Amino acid sequence: MTEKLASFPGGLVLDGQKRRSTQTPIRQTPLSKNLILPLQQHIGAASVAIVEVGDKVLKGQKIARAEGHVSVYLHAPSSGIITAIDEQPIPHPSGLSALCISLETDGEDCWIEHQGTDDFASLSEHDIRQRIREAGIVGLGGAGFPSFIKLNPSVHHHVDTLILNGVECEPYITCDDMLMRERAEGILDGIEIMHYALHVKNCVIAIEDNKAEAISAMELALSQRPELQNTKVVSIPTRYPAGSEKQLIQVITGKQVPTAGLPIDLGIVCHNVGTSYAIGRAIKHGEPLISRVVTVTGTDVAHAGNFETLFGTPMHELLAFCKTERQPDEPFILGGPMMGYNLSGDHLPVTKTANCILVGVENAAPDAKPMPCIRCGECATACPVGLLPQQLYWHARAKDLDKTEDYNLFDCIECGCCSYVCPSKIPLVHYFRFAKTEIMNQQQETLKADNARIRHDNRQHRQELEKKEKQERQRQRKAALAATKAAKEKEAAKQSNEADNVENN
Amino acid sequence: MLTAIVAITLMALFFGLVLGYASIRFKVEGDPIADQIDKLLPQTQCGQCSFAGCRPYAEAIAAGEVAINRCPPGGETTIIALADLLQVDVIPLDDECGEEKPKTLAFIVEDRCIGCTLCIQACPVDAILGAAKQMHTVITDECTGCELCVPPCPVDCIDMIETKPNPNTWRWPDPDHLDLKTGGQS
Repeated sequence: MTEKLASFPGGLVLDGQKRRSTQTPIRQTPLSKNLILPLQQHIGAASVAIVEVGDKVLKGQKIARAEGHVSVYLHAPSSGIITAIDEQPIPHPSGLSALCISLETDGEDCWIEHQGTDDFASLSEHDIRQRIREAGIVGLGGAGFPSFIKLNPSVHHHVDTLILNGVECEPYITCDDMLMRERAEGILDGIEIMHYALHVKNCVIAIEDNKAEAISAMELALSQRPELQNTKVVSIPTRYPAGSEKQLIQVITGKQVPTAGLPIDLGIVCHNVGTSYAIGRAIKHGEPLISRVVTVTGTDVAHAGNFETLFGTPMHELLAFCKTERQPDEPFILGGPMMGYNLSGDHLPVTKTANCILVGVENAAPDAKPMPCIRCGECATACPVGLLPQQLYWHARAKDLDKTEDYNLFDCIECGCCSYVCPSKIPLVHYFRFAKTEIMNQQQETLKADNARIRHDNRQHRQELEKKEKQERQRQRKAALAATKAAKEKEAAKQSNEADNVENN
Repeated sequence: MLTAIVAITLMALFFGLVLGYASIRFKVEGDPIADQIDKLLPQTQCGQCSFAGCRPYAEAIAAGEVAINRCPPGGETTIIALADLLQVDVIPLDDECGEEKPKTLAFIVEDRCIGCTLCIQACPVDAILGAAKQMHTVITDECTGCELCVPPCPVDCIDMIETKPNPNTWRWPDPDHLDLKTGGQS
């Protein structure tokens, strides 16, 4: 790109620690005997199982369907028998359980019949999106948002730039780096398809300048694709969190995504390179998303590297495969050291959003008790969004949630820069996550209360109507009774009159 | 002197007319304070406050007849919110009304239900579905956990089940009440 790159405020230059896991090529994780597949591995509504216990399934067969719009399909990563559909612990900061499909593999790894097409231009944009949805593809950068939605701009939006995110700014993680080095062709396949689905004018593949091999691999592959002439590889300065969607857009275009807005409001769509690779496999080869590249690294991992792992593979098998010396009760992290979270155990499955398993961090600071805030303001300097973490912290601690919203709490991307630089070691991001979930919970409660009020009011209204109707009926019955009584009396009077008359006669 | 008197009188007359008109034209129906109080109440309609639902309790508070600490489902949060709104001191929950409990939902044990419809009549938010001599069931999304359906049931087939947190409704714990080791990476 010839024009100058812009920049975002704050941010940190971190020690990448990426060499550890880039010394060997991507390896296949051995097939596990048991795969555990959570029905929700994406943002949105959980998928709904369409198989039953005891069913025999083939590799790539759909085992759960999308529920509602924001949802995707789920596939069997290998052939075997469904052994259970029940609640099992899932990788989540809460350590809670959720509905999972358990699959006992038969070792044959037998594919279901599938075929892709090289001539994707013969498909409509709608068909492409539908295929991507049915292939279960979600954002593989870590958030897990269903990708087909981001390829479906509404009539009000015009997309002119597609940004491929190969920045991978978190220390330790190298899965996108290795994917770009080894499978650049596959990534470009996906880009071509997204080009076609979005009708974009420009495409930028953004890569941090500490990944020289990935940049040259992508450039080489790109030079052999004349049809992608409006696509450029852009090397951006290494500064955390440049890989965050909004920050990356700011670096590339100089524009800021508005609060509560989306990149598409600026005419931009951003996808991860891993997602692009998955889209290429789905359309050109007909393969659904059943595996991903996972970085396993850290000071306790002897054979650190990147592993193409089937979803549902228990993490302890993956860790054993790369000779990890993990103490049974030692915590380990899913994601990077900045934004990842501690997992409750190592029997959890690898899911679509699991980009890195980190066991043991270099120069890990011992858990220190947070000291009081000294108002140094380092956090505000480091914040890439330009928030005031210190103010947010006071208000979150005082549970003054309205105030935290006034200070734009929901613009916080939870990158962890503020906590990292805090000299008092205050877990600032934890306070912000706490405040966010409290606010969301309150909003839910308010919605529920409003609904209950309406239902209660409707019920009372109905009961009143019923009461009135009953009274009306009673009144009518009484009137009718009175009328018949009167008529009878009249009749009786008449008869007695007649009788009198007869007697008189 | 005379001009001043005339001017002031005319102005007084003019504003009087405007205000008089406005008070008729923009008259607010109902009691806005009671509405605001009602908004803060949890709408369980359980009657533990000794009123027949949240709205009557809100009206009684607005009229200054009762204290703000008679709502066990709302608990401390509601008391703080009400105190904030009405500019009064926060007081602890009234023991007479009950105690703050974790949220529960009604669940009908289908094996025991005889289809008597008594619970349907008791439910303040129409969250129970069923007909005479047909099995009943609770619409969990609408149930407020008020427990009003429990006493009328002749066969004791309604259980109040505590709602389990799931990953979607889970909330990050308060870092102030937490051992650091279990916290997220930050």
